Amino acid sequence: MSLATEIELLESTPVHTGVQLPIYMDNHATTALDPRVLEAMLPYMTKIYGNAASRNHSFGWEAEQGVDKAREQIAKLIGATAKEIIFTSGATEGNNLAIKGVAEMYREKGNHIITQVTEHKAVLDTCKRLEKNGFKVTYLPVQADGLVSVADIEAAITPETILVTIMYANNEIGVVNPIAEIGALCHAKGVLFHTDGVQAVGKIPVNVQTDNIDLLSLSGHKIYGPKGVGALYVRRRNPRVQLNAQIDGGGHERGMRSGTLNVPGIVGLGEACELAGAEMVAETARLTQLRDYLRGRLEAKIDYTAVNGNMDHHLPGNLNMSFVYVEGESLLMGINDIAVSSGSACTSATLEPSYVLKALGLGDDVAHSSIRFGLGRFNTKEEVDYVADKLIDTVLKLRELSPLYEMVKEGIDLTKIEWTAH
Amino acid sequence: MAYSDKVVDHYENPRNVGTLDKSSSEVGTGLVGAPECGDVMRLQIKVNPDTQIIEDAKFKTFGCGSAIASSSLATEWVKGKTVAEALAISNTEIVKELALPPVKIHCSVLAEDAIRAAIGDWKKKNNVAETESALVGASA
Ligand SMILES: Cc1ncc(COP(=O)(O)O)c(C=O)c1O
Ligand code: FES
Repeated sequence: MSLATEIELLESTPVHTGVQLPIYMDNHATTALDPRVLEAMLPYMTKIYGNAASRNHSFGWEAEQGVDKAREQIAKLIGATAKEIIFTSGATEGNNLAIKGVAEMYREKGNHIITQVTEHKAVLDTCKRLEKNGFKVTYLPVQADGLVSVADIEAAITPETILVTIMYANNEIGVVNPIAEIGALCHAKGVLFHTDGVQAVGKIPVNVQTDNIDLLSLSGHKIYGPKGVGALYVRRRNPRVQLNAQIDGGGHERGMRSGTLNVPGIVGLGEACELAGAEMVAETARLTQLRDYLRGRLEAKIDYTAVNGNMDHHLPGNLNMSFVYVEGESLLMGINDIAVSSGSACTSATLEPSYVLKALGLGDDVAHSSIRFGLGRFNTKEEVDYVADKLIDTVLKLRELSPLYEMVKEGIDLTKIEWTAH
Repeated sequence: MAYSDKVVDHYENPRNVGTLDKSSSEVGTGLVGAPECGDVMRLQIKVNPDTQIIEDAKFKTFGCGSAIASSSLATEWVKGKTVAEALAISNTEIVKELALPPVKIHCSVLAEDAIRAAIGDWKKKNNVAETESALVGASA
């Protein structure tokens, strides 16, 4: 083929409007690094390699400048001051440091902690560990819409209560708790308030002052920043919160978290916060629209769907939907060029349905048929259309195969059947 | 989880999906599993009253890909067999044919249960005693 005909052929090919597969729509699990964040980090991986704790030469000063800037950027996003930011390896560490740090520091004052059943394992398992060490933990249930009741928290507070830890937004069902009310309640009662802010920070407005938050964990990789870096906000005034360090050593981070700072990661986290703050309004509008569009398309073609979690108090990019009468694993098998999460939180061996969905009162069968869509900064309308088409196809096909769907259509009450559990 | 090519093939092109007339005396229906466990299989057979040969089989399954494949395969295998021959199908053969991993063995057990339940239903409808069909099997 001559070059001329080759060019001609190329030019006559229609522009490729298709989407690139596989599609990533699991942005609550993690997010892609924003190229602008990477750009900010690169110099700190090559030229600016000093130890931010080296006080006596320019290599250290330069690194420290990068860290200081990041501290400001993070603080600004959540209404804190730079001195209140402690760098960590992520939110798992942040949650551990906040909860164990408070529990150990304030043990004289009391031994009771309040949390809720839908927290991330990084909170739940930390609380369980404290229970083994003599602390009492109240795990509050949530309402059917996934929100915790402020009245329940108030009723659970005793003179022994030292800490309330309630997540800002849930990673599975995207509901946003009444954090400002909880913060006000805690401050009125003289109880410290920690929130796992991983899913909320950078997505919706968070302000530690107006929300009366004493401790807040956040993580880089959920906001288009790098993995393995996060921060814990620790209030310095009204009240001044003290923590028992969990990692001892060189006394970095005001003694609360020793270890040489991950300077490139921290710079990336700072940049990610800056971008999230600057683009929050536009991104919220875009993601909310895409999310509602996806939901509308699915509901138009599929019957017996249900949306999980309160949609009025909700993260913009989250949609958690149940497609009853089809089983989750077979559903995922049909949409294997789309990365989403299913309500079968298992690695398939156990087939344990998600404890969060069960906390809403959903049956195992409904939980198993649930899909979490996590829309993010890099998802496009074309991708949403592809996902909707594929999901509709797969659900309809599996419903054709489903004896349960047929029975329901015939008006049979499935709860009246004597199933042969095995 | 990686699925074998055969499981994927049955998942994508399930054989004998559908419903037979439950009220017909020639039809046996087996409904096994439970929604809470994440798997329900319905397997139906249509038996020729004279020859006891299974002339048609249909299934519908709510379950994972391996469960769908196991029941799809089961309908293929029972078709053309006598009732007694079909009773001899065991889940281990299904496991082997579909190359199911250990965690998916119960899906094949469910398919075997479904075959037995369908045959049991047919026998009850037609007052066929266990021994009688065993005799037919022996002479076949
Ligand atoms: C709500 C919530 N908390 C904590 C974590 C853990 O964060 P990291 O991965 O930074 O340790 C996650 C992410 O998995 C999360 O979604
Ligand atoms: S039917 Fe339960 S895992 Fe296959």
